[in-house]
Amino acid sequence: MDWLGPQEWQAVALSLRVSLWATLVSLPLGIFVAYALARWHFPGKQLLNGIVHLPLIMPPVVTGYLLLLTLGTQGPVGGLLQNFGIVFAFRWTGAAVAAGVMAFPLLVRAVRLSIEAVDPNLEQAASTLGASSIQVFATVTLPLILPGIIVGAILAFAKAMGEFGATITFVSNIPGQTQTLPSAIYAFLQVPGGEGSAIRLVLVSVAVAMTALLLSELLAVRVARWVRGT
Amino acid sequence: MSLSVSLQHRFPGFDLDVAFKAPSGVTALFGQSGSGKTTVVQAVAGLLRPDAGHVAVNEQVLFDSSTKRWLAPHKRRIGYVFQEGRLFPHLSVRQNLHYGQWFGKHRKGDAEFQHIIGMLGIAPLLSRRPAALSGGEKQRVAIGRALLSSPQLLLMDEPLAALDEERKSEILPYLERLRDETKIPIVYVSHTVVEIARLATTIVVIKNGKLIRTGPASEVLGDPALSPALGVRGAGAVLSAQVVAHHADGLTELSVETGQLYLPRITSPVGAWIRVRIAAQDVMLALKQPEDISALNMLEGTVREVRKGAGPGAMVVITVGDQTLLSRITQRSCDALRLAPGIPCYAIMKSVAVAPDDIGTSGFA
Repeated sequence: MDWLGPQEWQAVALSLRVSLWATLVSLPLGIFVAYALARWHFPGKQLLNGIVHLPLIMPPVVTGYLLLLTLGTQGPVGGLLQNFGIVFAFRWTGAAVAAGVMAFPLLVRAVRLSIEAVDPNLEQAASTLGASSIQVFATVTLPLILPGIIVGAILAFAKAMGEFGATITFVSNIPGQTQTLPSAIYAFLQVPGGEGSAIRLVLVSVAVAMTALLLSELLAVRVARWVRGT
Repeated sequence: MSLSVSLQHRFPGFDLDVAFKAPSGVTALFGQSGSGKTTVVQAVAGLLRPDAGHVAVNEQVLFDSSTKRWLAPHKRRIGYVFQEGRLFPHLSVRQNLHYGQWFGKHRKGDAEFQHIIGMLGIAPLLSRRPAALSGGEKQRVAIGRALLSSPQLLLMDEPLAALDEERKSEILPYLERLRDETKIPIVYVSHTVVEIARLATTIVVIKNGKLIRTGPASEVLGDPALSPALGVRGAGAVLSAQVVAHHADGLTELSVETGQLYLPRITSPVGAWIRVRIAAQDVMLALKQPEDISALNMLEGTVREVRKGAGPGAMVVITVGDQTLLSRITQRSCDALRLAPGIPCYAIMKSVAVAPDDIGTSGFA
């Protein structure tokens, strides 16, 4: 990969790391929220649904600014976390948070759809065989929604790779710290003679996105077939 | 081993209010679709919480609205065989069968496992996935799965309803073996008289959410008052008979107290007790013993009751030894023969009128 310069390579590596962590951390939470939205009835369900989907609808800059207000060192949550030595503002972890929040609605939607497709009768059957609700979820629901989880996770990863507005607003554009692939492209386009670097990163970007999409299709079909046993 | 149920539950436009006790053996919950049978078994399994009532298996109280006791379904140890099998598609047959043992404290040994898969004939299917099974195979696996979870009670909710006639005939013998070879009490929901006549030891008849009759199977099936509930075509008594000999022409000779029956296609060994359902519409009556008649089966008996319906038909109850036969004839014939309680008569049945599904192993308590 020596056709990428050190700063370009840095941006690619950082983006991969940010997106991976964003996906891994939001996955369990996303499955939980999707399950709650699909199966439970509780007051405030529509509110939760709205909050989850907000980042999909709001301008990313607004999401980024709200993250800065709450998780910044001056913010209520950010200030509290700082006491424990956890800082998000202007760190790569902050970029992961921004990417995770932006990708969350896509993840939840994909998983929720697959949970709604699971026949509750199967879960009932499992409970008559002695499985508690958690055991039913682990042994019946979870394996059956695996295709949806894979699709959701890969979509979330791809979305995180492309996240720009919220990231640059929340954690700025510091090379090596918070300069993700899209931020780097933007930065290269601002300086004379940066087009070459920008084009190379665009190619990387397109390649990652395409690979993710193809992989998700292929895996989802394979896993779905395995789950159905056909 | 017994189940006692008392339930009140209100649905929009439908009230369920039943109470019955199920002794050991097969207790059939019989009723038309929408009569509330499934609600009863769901409440017993804990899949539905009734408004009020009491459910206990043996001495263990599973639900009691007066003390607010409610045991979660997974703690009840009640096997449930659903109409559609409900096998887990992502698990192999073997894993499906073992599923109940992953969580239960009551593990079955390998010998027990081998016995159950042998009894159900599912040993060759173990490595397959449910998607590769026929409807009848799925249902047998579902029964095995429920049995292997070591239930103290087995609920079967129309386990044959989703199958075609051929598959039903394939599974009925397995259900008989289940009844005869295991000690687990079974509650069997059905709206098909043939299944119930073949399997039930006790029958509970439900109509519109209310209990209308409960009692030993032969008594309930021989009760003409229930013909409207069973359907006139479904009406028919069940006789208990012993196999005497298999003849070379393919007929099997059976003995009942007052005579012999000759029926085709019986596989039970000589000496075995079997039960035969004789549909009321297949029984003719004569006052004198007919001669030169093609029908092979003639039983001497006494008229116990004549019940005339609203239409042209009548149901005649005949006592044969200490068993009961039902005969559905026209009121015109009744009048012509002057049939009345106490009159001796002959009940005549064609051998070929008895369908293979009407013949089963005894299983009476």
